[in-house]
Amino acid sequence: MEQTLFGIMMYFVAMFTIGGIYAIIVLGLNMHWGVSGLFNAGIAGFFAIGAYTTAILTTPTSPKHLGGFDLPVWLGMLGSMVTAGIVAYGVGRICLRLRADYLAIATIGIAEIFRLVLKNETWMTNGTRGITNVPRPFEDFATPWSQIAFLGVVILVVAATYFIVERALDAPWGRVMRAIRENDTAAEAAGKNVVRFRLQAFVFGAMFMGLGGAMTAHAFKFIGPEATEPLLTTFLVWVMLIIGGSGNNRGAILGAIVVWAIWSMTQLVTGFLPPDWAVRASLLRVFLVGLLLQVMLQNFSGGLIPEKSPKIGDRQKQTPAP
Amino acid sequence: MTQPLISVEHVSKSFGGIQAVRDCSLTVQKGSITALIGPNGAGKTTLFNMVAGFMPPTAGRITLDGEDITGKPPHQLFARGLVRTFQIPHEFSAMTVLENLMVVPMEQAGESLLVALFVRGRIHKQESEIRERAEQVLEFLRLTHLRFERAGNLSGGQKKLLELARTMMTDAKIVLLDELGAGVNRTLLAELATDIERLNREQGYTFWLIEHDMDLIARLCDPVIVMAEGTVLTQGTMAEIQANPAVIEAYLGAGAAARRTAP
Ligand SMILES: Nc1ncnc2c1ncn2[C@@H]1O[C@H](COP(=O)(O)OP(=O)(O)O)[C@@H](O)[C@H]1O
Ligand SMILES: [Mg+2]
Repeated sequence: MEQTLFGIMMYFVAMFTIGGIYAIIVLGLNMHWGVSGLFNAGIAGFFAIGAYTTAILTTPTSPKHLGGFDLPVWLGMLGSMVTAGIVAYGVGRICLRLRADYLAIATIGIAEIFRLVLKNETWMTNGTRGITNVPRPFEDFATPWSQIAFLGVVILVVAATYFIVERALDAPWGRVMRAIRENDTAAEAAGKNVVRFRLQAFVFGAMFMGLGGAMTAHAFKFIGPEATEPLLTTFLVWVMLIIGGSGNNRGAILGAIVVWAIWSMTQLVTGFLPPDWAVRASLLRVFLVGLLLQVMLQNFSGGLIPEKSPKIGDRQKQTPAP
Repeated sequence: MTQPLISVEHVSKSFGGIQAVRDCSLTVQKGSITALIGPNGAGKTTLFNMVAGFMPPTAGRITLDGEDITGKPPHQLFARGLVRTFQIPHEFSAMTVLENLMVVPMEQAGESLLVALFVRGRIHKQESEIRERAEQVLEFLRLTHLRFERAGNLSGGQKKLLELARTMMTDAKIVLLDELGAGVNRTLLAELATDIERLNREQGYTFWLIEHDMDLIARLCDPVIVMAEGTVLTQGTMAEIQANPAVIEAYLGAGAAARRTAP
């Protein structure tokens, strides 16, 4: 009895840890799509860059891959944000000037290129075998406390990310971004350099995708090319944002937790299926999540917590101007 | 003659097969209220789009204050004091009227991501200044009661006013107004004409406006430039324009001028 309870608790700790990491990535996507209307279909690419950067920076020296440089974890995570941001800058410089739908195509392509590079440049990434021995904060603690302490780290990072993005949006910068999303021609007429603002938002959001990748590598103490498959990152993250409420940061976090809970529970269910069914299970899960998305979109098109609009007006209504 | 504020030199624009503007040359003098008239499809809006940087000309040159601005993006021209309104209103519909205006001023410290994140103190003071200016503009245009309204909910005429309000949120040198009067009721339009005159006289704004209301043009504008089929037909005072058979012909079709002068 006690053991089942313990098992259930550990299950929830793991679920919230991964769900929380997803929340960071979904906050990044919300910056791209929800706030700026930028269709990033290559989340997996930024995720992978972040995950491998921190893995290389924080692992002990190894002949199997580049580095490691044995740096502290927080420095690895910072490094992940920087590399993801730099790559986003390069991609954005090229693609954000083009028509909006080109960004989707370009990001898919670039994410695939990164995946192939990570898989094949063995000297750097240890190829398909991936990078092991990625340190996890508090891994020396005894069993439940180690996981719980790491969950604490995740919650802290989610809170910090939420705080940062909300702060940016609750400022003239966020107002310009909303204006651009509403009507980019009018934003140009209002003297805003639309391309520059979009580039900033693109880099900003991608940094959190990189951070999410880094946290994943630390959570599993391992990163390999499978973790960067578009199904688990790009597809699922999009579903989370849409279900949670595109344009609303709290919705983004809730969507990440809810969808991840459902996703991981379906894994539990498929575990009981006969073996030849289990093979098809992953497709079944995608189907189920797709169905959920369909139902959500038809009944709550704004998501669980829809975007509040107009934001500043509401607050000022309560305190009328002199 | 002094150096013109805007000079359009042999400008052309084609969209695929359609030549919307062809070899068009004209000038707008500093301090003037210049009208641009012509039948629908004459290329007036297209010319405005090119002057304000929203599309590059296929050929020709445009200067502002003697400096070549051909192909410069709108935000750079905005920074040099050239602003425009749209024939079809372009509001930020999910934002309040007040926010629509507060977004406009240049060099807001809080538009920098770093300031927004780390130096909040610098934002608050500037925000209240911008807010005050926006409130003044709204009062000037009698829109104060709508300041917390979602811009998308405004009527067509109110959206036109919001277009004008946006140009007043910056210290413009020249304002291009594209059919500001269309959809605005006549009483209000008369008031607007007074406002434009005042802005022109007191604040030194140069106006260049596309308009269909001939009474308004007669009252405000000198000179009047007439465009037809993508190019400048003629230019002069309203009286000169009205006496020109070529203009009547452009508006009413061949033969109309002859019929009109007959009796
Ligand atoms: N973006 C565009 N693409 C294709 N054709 C256009 C475009 N903008 C304008 N035109 C065409 O150019 C001509 C001039 O249009 P416009 O400049 O809007 O005239 P006006 O403002 O004088 O009524 C019209 O024949 C119009 O159909
Ligand atoms: Mg027009």
